[in-house]
Amino acid sequence: MPDTISPPGLTASNASLRAYLHGLPGVDEVGAAQRAAGLATRSIKTTAKAQAIDLAIRMVDLTTLEGADTPGKVRALAAKAVHPDPADPSVPRVAAVCVYSDRVAIAVEALRGSGVAVASVATAFPAGRAPLEAKLADTRQAVADGAAEIDMVIDRGAFLSGDYLKVYEEITAVKEACGDAHLKVILETGELVTYDNVRRASWLAMHAGADFIKTSTGKVSPAATLPVVLVMLEAVRDFRAATGRRIGVKPAGGIRTTKDAVRNLVLVNEVAGADWLDPAYFRIGASSLLNDLLMQRTKLATGVYGGPDYYTLD
Amino acid sequence: MAETPESSERSEQAGKTVARRPGGRAARTKRADEGAPPQVEPARPAEPPAVAAQGRLAVRKTYKLYVGGAFPRSESGRSYPVTDPQGGLLANAALASRKDARDAVVAARRAFGGWSGRTAYNRGQVLYRVAEMLEGRLGQFADEVAAADAVPRERAEALVAAAIDRWVWYAGWTDKIASVAGGANPVAGPYFNLSTPEPTGVVAVFAPPEAPLLGLVSVLAPVIATGNTAVVVASERAPLPAVTLAEVLATSDLPGGVVNLLTGRLAELAPPLAAHADVNALDLTGAGALAAELEEAAAGTLKRVLRPAEGRTDWTAEPGTERLTAFLETKTVWHPIGV
Repeated sequence: MPDTISPPGLTASNASLRAYLHGLPGVDEVGAAQRAAGLATRSIKTTAKAQAIDLAIRMVDLTTLEGADTPGKVRALAAKAVHPDPADPSVPRVAAVCVYSDRVAIAVEALRGSGVAVASVATAFPAGRAPLEAKLADTRQAVADGAAEIDMVIDRGAFLSGDYLKVYEEITAVKEACGDAHLKVILETGELVTYDNVRRASWLAMHAGADFIKTSTGKVSPAATLPVVLVMLEAVRDFRAATGRRIGVKPAGGIRTTKDAVRNLVLVNEVAGADWLDPAYFRIGASSLLNDLLMQRTKLATGVYGGPDYYTLD
Repeated sequence: MAETPESSERSEQAGKTVARRPGGRAARTKRADEGAPPQVEPARPAEPPAVAAQGRLAVRKTYKLYVGGAFPRSESGRSYPVTDPQGGLLANAALASRKDARDAVVAARRAFGGWSGRTAYNRGQVLYRVAEMLEGRLGQFADEVAAADAVPRERAEALVAAAIDRWVWYAGWTDKIASVAGGANPVAGPYFNLSTPEPTGVVAVFAPPEAPLLGLVSVLAPVIATGNTAVVVASERAPLPAVTLAEVLATSDLPGGVVNLLTGRLAELAPPLAAHADVNALDLTGAGALAAELEEAAAGTLKRVLRPAEGRTDWTAEPGTERLTAFLETKTVWHPIGV
């Protein structure tokens, strides 16, 4: 792994960036899949499970990214983010609410003073196919409306055609437009085809100034598979060893059950280390997951299996 | 190779300890594999000996659970010996756990939308198809009922025939019950007022212990005929005909998950099902002494409960529509006449 903060001349040209990214060691696909599958068999029960569930709830980025999002739905989601289970005040609040940029103002209003952050997808989510000016305007508007976190998508077309410098410069430009807001860079791993590409995109995004690297938009399948999360966790671990900067990871899409969430937490602990078991460095982008976490939490507390009839529809 | 009940109990304990260890999967599977089939030696009247005489090894059946259209072993890897009334070993059946019950409820819930959304006529066709499949297996069921209840073969055949007729009887009711349980109501106002019965949802059925096939059919068929999906706990004493019935259901156009069959200890499976928030109703027919306790647990989530009948039920008598209407909810629609 590279051992300097930013190798000199990294971004001098597309050729130097390409040489650097292709110089990263390749990912052993079979090995990554086996390691992820092996860790997924860990049995987490009773008190450990209760802790994992509460931690997972605190890590949730409660997301609604539909064309049909109404102001009312955003407010309902915000209320749920603050009190996930109205019947049980001991349930912690989630980390953030994630909405489209034109819904930021409503979410900020609804969450003022609650401690739940507002995240906004920007940069022509989910495809990312728009002129840079439009992406930057999108970002600036979301930040101006009060978004504390920006989830941007990389230009997969440019990445796959080898134009790494364009991707890099786009990320730095968006990072600049973010100002104080945290920047999460969505790699859309389902479109990157290989784990090698996932590793390259992770390093590219981290060098370009990402605060978080995020697996997917949730609109493409496969989304956050365990091996992909594993590769990205390795990248942030190695990046910290190389540069001293700690980057977060956010799997999103396809994590629907408590079991999936706990498997991700096991992966975090085993690959990146316990340092990353913190909502500031690991998030889970999800919507239906929260209800399952609440049901499992109630099951642990009461011994009675829950049913979806007793939780909100979302 | 024949295991006494005690030794099986012991290995069952061993299975439990292994199951709690994270790395125990391999050991557990191995145990389950060698646990279930080989212990059928002693009884089983009219089965393999004839074949064995021709120098063939008998192909014995592993009695498993039926959940979501598949036949899994118990998640716990346990099994228990099923005996005839004289204590002779018939076979080992899967000893389902609380988690199997949970999985069964998930499967039943998933199947509910599709099954309840079918037309009543189509449900009737599917149920009639089940009866056709039952008819083809009459001999096998008669053997199993004869062995389980130690009754003469002819009596067993009569019981199986009654069970098939019962199934057909309920199949015929699917598209008629709405007219009996619902209809137009006369109201004082300019409205059409119509009541239609709708299925309650996921029903946990505790099958009567005394009649392994006829009793089971009599409680199960009405539940699914009206569009509910079922999690059935088979008779603890005689679960083998129930497992064979599950094989029939699996091969007769009934969508997977509409009926989920668990075999095992009622005392272990019933309480979590009764308290489960995603179960909408309980049929306590076979709950015995647990009935009151289960009804209490069901109150926590306002489940519909069918209490067991007083005294001994004559399963051969024509049942009437009580069991059909027990798991129906009435929806009433007021529609302006528009004068």
